[in-house]
Amino acid sequence: MSTTDGPTLIPDAKAEQDAITRESNRTTRGGFFAPLADRWNRLSRPQQWVFLLIVVAIAYALPVLNPPLITSEPGNDWPITCLQMAIFALVAVGLNVVVGYAGLLDLGYVAFFAVGSYTAAMFTSPDSPYLHIPYLWTLPVAMAVAMFFGVLLGVPTLRLRGDYLAIVTLGFGEIVRILATIIPAMKGQVGFQNVGHPPGTAADGHPIFSNSNGTPWYWLTITVLIVILLLAGNLERSRVGRAWVAIREDEDAAEIMGVPTFKYKVWAFAIGAGIGGLSGALSAGATGFINNQKFDVQTSILFLAAVVLGGSGNKVGAILGGAVVAYLPLRFTAIADYKYLIFGVVLVVLMIFRAKGLLPARQRLLAYGKVTYARVAARSRAEPPSTAGTKIEGTAQ
Amino acid sequence: MLSTLLLQVPMDDSWISFDIPSLMQNFWSATFDGLTFGAIYGLVALGYTLVYGVLNLINFAHSEVFIIGCYGVVFTLTSLGFGPNVPTLGPLAIIGDLLLALIVGMIASAVTALALERVAYRPLRKRNAPRLAFLITAIGASFAIQYGIFLVRGASPEPAVTMFQPTPIFDVFGTIVDSQQIIIVIAAIILMVATDQFIRRSRTGRGIRAVAQDPDTATLMGVDRERIIMTTFVIGGLLAGAGALFYVMKVPSGVFYAGGFVLGIKAFAAAVLGGIGNVRGALLGGLLLGLIGNYGQILLGNSQWTDVVAFVVLVLVLLLKPTGILGTSMGRARA
Amino acid sequence: MSISPEAGADLTSHGPTELAELDIAPEVAEGAAPEREISVGVGDNIMEVKNLTVKFGGLVALDDVSFNIKRGEILGLIGPNGAGKTTCFNAMTGVYKPTSGQVLLEGESLGGRQQHKITRLGLARTFQNIRLFGEMTALENVVVGLDARHGTSVLGALFRVPRHRREERTAIERGMALLEFVGIAENAAVLSRNLSYGHQRRLEIARALATDPKVLCLDEPAAGFNPAEKEELMTLIRAIRSDGYTVLLIEHDMKLVMGVTDRIVVLEFGKKLADGLPAEIRNDPRVVAAYLGEPEDDAA
Ligand SMILES: Nc1ncnc2c1ncn2[C@@H]1O[C@H](COP(=O)(O)OP(=O)(O)OP(=O)(O)O)[C@@H](O)[C@H]1O
Ligand SMILES: [Mg+2]
Repeated sequence: MSTTDGPTLIPDAKAEQDAITRESNRTTRGGFFAPLADRWNRLSRPQQWVFLLIVVAIAYALPVLNPPLITSEPGNDWPITCLQMAIFALVAVGLNVVVGYAGLLDLGYVAFFAVGSYTAAMFTSPDSPYLHIPYLWTLPVAMAVAMFFGVLLGVPTLRLRGDYLAIVTLGFGEIVRILATIIPAMKGQVGFQNVGHPPGTAADGHPIFSNSNGTPWYWLTITVLIVILLLAGNLERSRVGRAWVAIREDEDAAEIMGVPTFKYKVWAFAIGAGIGGLSGALSAGATGFINNQKFDVQTSILFLAAVVLGGSGNKVGAILGGAVVAYLPLRFTAIADYKYLIFGVVLVVLMIFRAKGLLPARQRLLAYGKVTYARVAARSRAEPPSTAGTKIEGTAQ
Repeated sequence: MLSTLLLQVPMDDSWISFDIPSLMQNFWSATFDGLTFGAIYGLVALGYTLVYGVLNLINFAHSEVFIIGCYGVVFTLTSLGFGPNVPTLGPLAIIGDLLLALIVGMIASAVTALALERVAYRPLRKRNAPRLAFLITAIGASFAIQYGIFLVRGASPEPAVTMFQPTPIFDVFGTIVDSQQIIIVIAAIILMVATDQFIRRSRTGRGIRAVAQDPDTATLMGVDRERIIMTTFVIGGLLAGAGALFYVMKVPSGVFYAGGFVLGIKAFAAAVLGGIGNVRGALLGGLLLGLIGNYGQILLGNSQWTDVVAFVVLVLVLLLKPTGILGTSMGRARA
Repeated sequence: MSISPEAGADLTSHGPTELAELDIAPEVAEGAAPEREISVGVGDNIMEVKNLTVKFGGLVALDDVSFNIKRGEILGLIGPNGAGKTTCFNAMTGVYKPTSGQVLLEGESLGGRQQHKITRLGLARTFQNIRLFGEMTALENVVVGLDARHGTSVLGALFRVPRHRREERTAIERGMALLEFVGIAENAAVLSRNLSYGHQRRLEIARALATDPKVLCLDEPAAGFNPAEKEELMTLIRAIRSDGYTVLLIEHDMKLVMGVTDRIVVLEFGKKLADGLPAEIRNDPRVVAAYLGEPEDDAA
């Protein structure tokens, strides 16, 4: 906004040193979990893999472990709480692509979740008169349908400036809810019962994926989540991620540097929508029932709160944020009624005091960045200019 | 995909229709009613437009500024003995009470708007936060206020308050125009003309225009930007509070925690339709949107369509003429 | 946040800018864009600006301006504050739609093209007010520019196809070569908003070069520099030219511009005042008058 022409500071060694001090202060004060991030970055690749494997193993074991104090019981079934956390985490990872990477404020994200849910329901529920397909097939179909709607909404609106986009998506979320109410085929409040589930029968003859047992659904969801994370990571460390962050940082400059900004914004929207649709389909299957009541603006704002709380732009943060936003009201049932108020306030407070969220992390935007930066660091250590050499010692303590 | 599915649906329960005869038949009543709603949209739209002018920010929480005004109006009237039935007071007493309710509503809204500015937006401005932060704060604040109200007042609407019995005033093409419609439209137009004149002629108004055009230069020229921003929020709040009185008059049982939200989107659409940042545009956009919504609802056969129609209008305007009908006159053309 | 190994680079990298860095041989830029054909000699018109007019409401910021840029030259665009130099850049690069007139790059009209397509046709620029991607490292900023020449699709990136890997690898090499060329390679891992002012200006040049332009437009790249730094920068600009790039340089410091440019176009109040060799411009009474009316400022 502010257009200050000309110099802001004359470069000299001191100014540079100031800049570096600012940077290192910022990174060390960077968040409640910053020391963790710090230590993580210091681990070698194999160490990171081992650590990751342990984390993944714990994640899979979570519903079975039912840890005391952490558990949401007796108020809410623990495996179902885990499932809700996983679904919110998945949603947050999707919304993070749109808001966190590309900087596009989507306030109607629940609409894509709804599209996914309805797609799954209409293709599997006995209440639906249409073609039926196996439940697992509805996951990619829901994703595709939601992406289609993402493009449908994105193409006209993504040419607009960001603040218009916010209100248009807000309106779109409302419209989807209204249409679900007034279009008879969507069955309004009656909704769809007995949404499908993956095949498989347990020893006792009941289906493995039942609506009362959250554990198998949880496992399915986090498996999907892990795949999505890997793919999102691939995108982040590619020209796509760079284009998104460039758009977020300065859209006009990005365009002038040769980034087809509109195209990449539509991609961000479509990919975000696809992940939203996917989570909707998972949620519809796990709950077994959907109607028009679940897809309101409030839920969109909760999703946004999850992304912002976790650390906008950071996919691990998004998982954390999603899990926290789902977990707190289920664990502390006393606050359940206040959750919208709480997360509304959380948004304001975070923006004022802690815009980076719980896990502030920068995107890694180069496929081979780590190696390169290590090489740069090693080379400057090998042949340091005399002054820089003393600085290493000075700051390393 | 969905549309092909929909084609197979038997169209017996008419969720959508293109009922042109019905529109023809109800054309004039839809017009007068639409203008009445449009006047209310216009008053709320002014708040969006003014704040957008000086801050380039969609103040999502303006819908809550409005609904708090509605609560102010309802509480005042209830405590003055108004209820669902037509009051038995004399006309002068009613006018006095309504004026009191108007003042309370305006103050309630203005205080809310001012508090928002001080608590939520100013700290962000201080540290030069990115636009996204402002928008997220705005939506977060809107949400927090909504659910704050929800916790205190619950989900159900406040009991209806009837202010007076609308009396037929004259007859146009066989359709009666009543006193309520006339009062609302005339009062809204007077308020908007007053605002327009204030922005154009007063010292503060000049300050508002200067900040809208170029905040940096305005500051250099000795305009106190912070004070101007505060004043703008207050004016937007006062107008929303006035809109609140007319809204309660028109929709006596429409005051509930989320009541502002839906109206807010329509008011914003009205502001964009007229040309956001343009004071006269807010009135024009409001009236037009009121008409379009009402025609659309009758044509399509379900009151829920009003919101859909408003949304479609918003998107179409943004696509075809983002500067709206009258263009931006208060703010600069954004590069 | 980026602690290590990036931070390692951060801590070691901040020596004072060495003049020696500028004596980098042109081969480095060849490393950055090996496929480009280098043709150094000043030759035919590579770019033509024809009767360009830009109006903002009533204000005529650019009034019927025409000039040519010859292949391989450094053309200076000078004029007092508000003369319309930046507006001219903006109209050329598609940021503003000209009210009338035409811009041709190698005979192709740029009018009505999207900005990113103009960049891909071979016209790159820097900004008078630095506009880097603040939350990206220096290297990432440059690689965004390099992406303009990449062909990986979204799906290709999603599944890390061989082409994607190849492009990522070469992008890093070329990006580092470019940073080396402008003299900030040791800051590759530093977030661009944490770079010093001078390094930010250099990074802007590297990022623009990364798009592999035929014509590089620099908008006051030396603004805010002291005389010694300005001289270093001019050396860099000469090196860029000797690598076969054509350069259009905005600068209002007359003395500076005389030393580095082959030809100069002078704007005043949106109109072209003069056009010629530095020596001619220096002795042109109209130009002298225009600049006498103007305080000698480069600290504006
Ligand atoms: N977007 C815009 N809207 C309105 N007027 C503009 C716009 N951009 C530039 N101008 C006006 O056009 C004129 C030329 O401005 P320009 O920035 O091109 O000058 P310049 O030669 O680059 O000056 P400087 O040396 O200060 O950078 C100025 O009077 C400026 O105020
Ligand atoms: Mg300029």
